[in-house]
Amino acid sequence: MKKFNRRSLLRGALNGAAVGVALPVLNMFLDDSGKAFAATGQRIPVRFGTWIWGCGYIPERWIPTATGTDYTLPADLEPLAPYRDKLALFSGFDVKLDGVPNKPHITGCLGFRTGIPVPNENVKAPTLDVLIGDVIGNSTRFRSIEVSTSGIQRSYSFRAAGSPNPSEISPLALYQRIFGEGFQDPNAASFTPDPRTMVQKSVLSAVAEDRRQLMRTVGAEDRQRLEEYFTSLRQLENQLALQLQPPAPVKNFTMPEPPPEIELDSEMEHVMEIHRLMAGLLAKALQCNQTHVVNVLLSDTTSNLRRPGSTTTHHTLTHEEPVNPELGYQEQVGWFATRSMVAWREFLDALDAIPEGDGTLLDNCLILAHSDCSIAKSHSVEGIPTMVAGGAGGRIRTGFHMAGNADPISRIGLTVQQAMGLPVERWGTNAMETNRVIPELLA
Amino acid sequence: MSGNTLWKCAVARAAGLLLGAGLCCAAGAAVAAVEPTVNVAGGPPLVRRLTESQYRATVADIFGADIPVVGRFERGLRSDGLIAVGTGEAGLSSFSLEQYDINARAIAAAVVSEAHRGDLIPCDIGDPAVFDKSCADRFVADYGRRLFRRPLSEQEITLYVSSARAAQEQLGDFYSALEFALAGMLIAPDFLLRIERAVPDASAPAGYRLDAYSSATRLSYFLTGSAPDPELLDAAERGELNTPEGLQRQVDRLIASPRFELALRDFFSDMLYFDLFADLAKDSVIYPAFNSEVAADSREQTLRTITNLLLEENGDYRDLFTTRSAPLTRSLGIVYRMPVAARNGWSMGEFSAASGRAGIQSQVSFLALHSHPGRSSPTLRGKAMREIFLCQHIPDPPADVDFTGINDTANPVRPTARDRLVAHRTQPACQGCHILMDPLGLTLENFDGLGGFRSKENGAVIDVSGSLDGREFVAAEGLGQALHDHQQTPRCLVDKLYRSAVGRGIAEPEQPFLDYLNQSFAGSGYRVPDLIRTLVTSPSFFAVTGHSPKEQITDARAASGDQT
Repeated sequence: MKKFNRRSLLRGALNGAAVGVALPVLNMFLDDSGKAFAATGQRIPVRFGTWIWGCGYIPERWIPTATGTDYTLPADLEPLAPYRDKLALFSGFDVKLDGVPNKPHITGCLGFRTGIPVPNENVKAPTLDVLIGDVIGNSTRFRSIEVSTSGIQRSYSFRAAGSPNPSEISPLALYQRIFGEGFQDPNAASFTPDPRTMVQKSVLSAVAEDRRQLMRTVGAEDRQRLEEYFTSLRQLENQLALQLQPPAPVKNFTMPEPPPEIELDSEMEHVMEIHRLMAGLLAKALQCNQTHVVNVLLSDTTSNLRRPGSTTTHHTLTHEEPVNPELGYQEQVGWFATRSMVAWREFLDALDAIPEGDGTLLDNCLILAHSDCSIAKSHSVEGIPTMVAGGAGGRIRTGFHMAGNADPISRIGLTVQQAMGLPVERWGTNAMETNRVIPELLA
Repeated sequence: MSGNTLWKCAVARAAGLLLGAGLCCAAGAAVAAVEPTVNVAGGPPLVRRLTESQYRATVADIFGADIPVVGRFERGLRSDGLIAVGTGEAGLSSFSLEQYDINARAIAAAVVSEAHRGDLIPCDIGDPAVFDKSCADRFVADYGRRLFRRPLSEQEITLYVSSARAAQEQLGDFYSALEFALAGMLIAPDFLLRIERAVPDASAPAGYRLDAYSSATRLSYFLTGSAPDPELLDAAERGELNTPEGLQRQVDRLIASPRFELALRDFFSDMLYFDLFADLAKDSVIYPAFNSEVAADSREQTLRTITNLLLEENGDYRDLFTTRSAPLTRSLGIVYRMPVAARNGWSMGEFSAASGRAGIQSQVSFLALHSHPGRSSPTLRGKAMREIFLCQHIPDPPADVDFTGINDTANPVRPTARDRLVAHRTQPACQGCHILMDPLGLTLENFDGLGGFRSKENGAVIDVSGSLDGREFVAAEGLGQALHDHQQTPRCLVDKLYRSAVGRGIAEPEQPFLDYLNQSFAGSGYRVPDLIRTLVTSPSFFAVTGHSPKEQITDARAASGDQT
């Protein structure tokens, strides 16, 4: 039963001297979209990201008064002026609870990301970044990378209940995971596959062969968990397979410097610094296709951000700070909301700083930014502020503000999935179920 | 939902302060415990992920403490108050496999390294360029049995020996061959997951019990926090765990081993939510004494207090809430404002009556974990005490609560937390639940957000009166006595120990067995080692049903038949 496969081909190649043999491209792993590099004709992959900030917004500082392309950026979005054309703003799109109890700061966030509101963290479907990663994330070393920049080990990326994709909280650990052992410089002059990597890959395949026997041993629910184990095992095999072939050269790529060891803390300016470091590393990781999917949590949805010497955190302030009668909103809460949008700008800066094709890396990304609620004080999941940034390799249009008028926010989730090439016509359940895309967003 | 009490705040509100009434069934303290003649049915066999601590202990036990574990571990999934229960539900993300793979390769490489191969490879290897099948067979069978906690089938041995042979062909070195066979076993689901198997047993109530190896594994991880050692596996193989004497012998041996203390530390770390230390941050302007050393030492202080009392002194569990013993380091001495003689390491101290401290709930670990970064929180502390020590669940706050009361600026002079929390007591939407938390937590207000003592807040003397389910008291000492005397306190420990051992919630038919454990715990004067011994020597501990009701029992029978 000796078949011609990649492994046997490699084995032959390594036993002999011909290391530089041309390997068949892993076609089944490549999605067939994206623009091409002018020089090589190679397609530029489209990448996806989510970017979450906690505790919503101050509406009068965030929602433009006009809709369409001809709007004025309100105060909290002013820092984003350079990206006006690469940004679509969505206000007034709701998570529809349908009687599901609203677990503060959780139900809105996961309801948006799965299309199904849940009263706890037991998601009933994968979050959309996982659905997208399963389509565009198979050819990369990491299916997705999650980071949390406020020192809290939290993640809102789930394959299933009980199975979050954990976030990196340390920039140095993130660096080591991506650019440490196992990283191949795409522009290295020579390539030598490590025979030990090949052996380890065959070991993983052997473990996977035992699957059927094991599945018979366990109950139905555990079978699902084991399925997840084997899915992760295949991802690991794929990771090793990639290390056995010469990496595709990446124009303009330079190795990032290792970030300094930095204390983890939730003080806002400190978080901004951690976020800048991580954004830079993620941009580099996306550039050289270590992953095609990133999930960033600036602050947890129950935001623990704080200012030095302050007894109250961002989240606590949303409930306790009196409204400043002159301003008409909670002043300190507003400060965190403003700083959060500056961090968002800095994330886009990191992506836009990398030239790619005839534009920038950002042009080949679709980044979905959102919060967990609109008005944190009342945990409102109606009108969760949402933005889409980037160009998705020409697959989306931006530069406008759209008012949702209480439409289900799953319309945005559905549209984003379609833009990323998923064959999904309908998404969400009950009042969140929709087949109505947002045509303005699709190119 | 917790096994014991489902709290309905609205009901609590209607009942006013009479919260203790009808809380739970009367636990006859002095009645001799009689094990129910009809044993409980148990739950389905589970698939449980090893925790980080169990993984590390297992690797250290099998290969030695100097074998490195270099990969990272994601946070354990907490379910129904316990990570131990979450192990039966947690998935395996790409991240976790990636890190397990890093571990597997590093461990395997260390085992066959020149420094360790002499001790860890069970055969003489002549020429490493030659593949020694009998050695590979033995290596795989021996380590496989330890790692998978059961003998490997012929098929499995062949599988891993084939991996070894493939590695030999590729790399030309027998040590590498063994290395990769081992790396395979270390990434296999059978190692990373405790896969329980049921066998038919006519004498068991549901017709099943755990097979001998699954029993050994359940016993071993509960009593030692690690995989079964060779002696326990041998006993399982000889069927000795199915006899009361054989089981007793192993239980005595394991409880007497130094590992028992580690297992107890694991359990209490889980019960006390000590995984939250990973997220702990304090404002350095407000709490300049806080640093990572203080955090680590405070955690260790509480664990030492627990093991000193429960193991070394074989004390009454309830005394944990009143004890004044204070294991201290220099850095803790700064927070407690107590002199510490030992320059390095630990010395035993005692909190004075004037310190205001009594019980583990007045130690820095508890006080700091259940506070905000810049201030204390009576609500968080009250909630934590209900959940952790009394197994009571407090619902989330209503999403649409009206906060205008809190925003009332007409009277901005609210120096203490009690003043600031007035809305919790007066707003109908808040009152129902906060009456369960705030009166408890307010009695700890003499301790700031880090756990340092204070008698005033913003210049005003702090009022530390409060109540627990109808009983009124003052300050941490009164709180400790109230927790000590609360009938739910020992029951909650029994509940959590049992769920931790079996890895799941408690089913209705198990209640008689729990009642029996509670009586027996009371009868022993609340000695935790006695309780654990009673629990694990009961046949109920190993009872299982088939899989879920919809599962075909024949499946379980067929699969477990392979192994026994």
